[in-house]
Amino acid sequence: MPKYLLLKHYRGGPEPHRPVPPMDQWAPEDVEAHVAFQHHVSELLEENGEYVDTQALTPARTWVRYGGPDAAPVTTDGPHPETSDLVAGWWMIDVDSQERAVELAAYVSSEPGPGGEPLYEWIDVREVMWERPRTTDAA
Amino acid sequence: MIDEPARRLDEGALRALVPRVLAGLVRRGEDFDAAEDALQEALLEALRVWPEHPPRDPRAWLATVATRRLVDARRSEAARHRREEATHAEPQPAGPAQGEEGDDTLFLLFCCCHPDLAPASQVALTLRAVGGLTTREIADAFYVPEETMAQRISRAKRALRGRRLDQPGDLAVVLRVLYLVYTAGHAGRVDLAREAIRLARQLTLATEEPEARGLLALMLLNHARLPARVDPKGRIVTLDRQDRGLWDTREIAEGVRVLQSALATQRPGRYQIEAAIAALHDDAASAEETDWRQILAWYDDLVALTDDPVRRDPAAVLGRAVAVGHVLGPAAGLLETDRLREVLGDRHRWHAVRGHLHELDGDLPAAATAYAEAARHATNVAERDHLVREAARARAAEPAPGHRCRQRERRQRERPDSNRRPPA
Repeated sequence: MPKYLLLKHYRGGPEPHRPVPPMDQWAPEDVEAHVAFQHHVSELLEENGEYVDTQALTPARTWVRYGGPDAAPVTTDGPHPETSDLVAGWWMIDVDSQERAVELAAYVSSEPGPGGEPLYEWIDVREVMWERPRTTDAA
Repeated sequence: MIDEPARRLDEGALRALVPRVLAGLVRRGEDFDAAEDALQEALLEALRVWPEHPPRDPRAWLATVATRRLVDARRSEAARHRREEATHAEPQPAGPAQGEEGDDTLFLLFCCCHPDLAPASQVALTLRAVGGLTTREIADAFYVPEETMAQRISRAKRALRGRRLDQPGDLAVVLRVLYLVYTAGHAGRVDLAREAIRLARQLTLATEEPEARGLLALMLLNHARLPARVDPKGRIVTLDRQDRGLWDTREIAEGVRVLQSALATQRPGRYQIEAAIAALHDDAASAEETDWRQILAWYDDLVALTDDPVRRDPAAVLGRAVAVGHVLGPAAGLLETDRLREVLGDRHRWHAVRGHLHELDGDLPAAATAYAEAARHATNVAERDHLVREAARARAAEPAPGHRCRQRERRQRERPDSNRRPPA
């Protein structure tokens, strides 16, 4: 069964379907509903036997590269820290097909936003490459 | 993993034997590394065999089987006899005890918390060699693969190889390691907080040092509030809003008793002081009855333990700022936090404390901004969600101080999943 990452982003991605303010500006009950939905998705995936992992990332980002011999590592928060793509977290799922991954991603995207309306958030769906050698010959 | 029949064993009693058996082997001259491996195998064997064949003398059984493992390992012909042999490992009667149980625990804690080891290794080795947890259990508790934890433990043991382990170690390091175990919390089958309390209790049997008792008291007095700290939906409940009826009064009573015996020695230290602060919170029947004056006095003592506390103990200065806010007013508390901006300005707790003080001051817009900033810096999902909620709550409330919050029009909302069909 293929594995997929359903990536959520703090920023970046296609033009938002509808503009939404940051969550700390939502009504408290909308925040509750949104958080409850995230837990519900994990539970649903576990019940279905499709859950592998979920993690959230903090928004702080540091780019690091080798500084050269005898030099400290070089770090930066990026060329355009305000606009560059920034991953917020993911579910990793183990499902029958790409179609199923897309179906689940769309469900994740239906999460409630302000006013209880669906958020229509863009979800980045990425297939995980298989590590074990195949038991059949490559085509 | 441990299978079903093994669960009938008193695992607590079994694990309490670990430091005694291991210390016996090491004192006899066995290599710490090899002895620990051998005992770990003996433990797994005990979990498998004891439910059907309970030993007469569990401690001697473990020592005997571990010794055979050591011999086996030397001969490198281990695997062949394992099964049949362990079933019949009923040992010869145990010799005289090699010293008190407490001494053994202390001796092993000093080995595992050797100052040359990194904190993560000290924690892992302590849980295995003193706590008797399996590598798998420790790995689960820290959410790392079992292979990673196995590697961490064997590297730590290799680092100890060839060192003299008969010198008294650094008790301060031991206390710090136990506190690290406590704060790692609980996950899955292993409650690390409870494990830390168990180890600290053993430690207090081995040393008269009041800080050991201070640490045990601090853990007990904090652990007592655990049932109230999270609601049934997994949401964080802050101290001022907790249902105090859920607090564990037996743990509080024990914590207070232990703390008093420590304070009676008149040798204060940071764990005793922090425990005293925890005790004052536990002592208040409601948040309003909290004795903030006494808490502030203890924080004054805590801050005075360190030169340059802003840099070297900013957490204490931040805790004191909250107490100042409650005793002298929120503005004074906020002023105290200003001194920490450079050191803690990128930590969520600094922003959360300022949010709390702004809220105390009735400045809800400033509180909301601070909570939102705190949420952006949080490194824990439950805390992040809590801080977003606090921000939303402060923003939704009437901005003018002293007024009741406007009842927001509450839309009847169905469960989030009921209007969208989950893909089954």
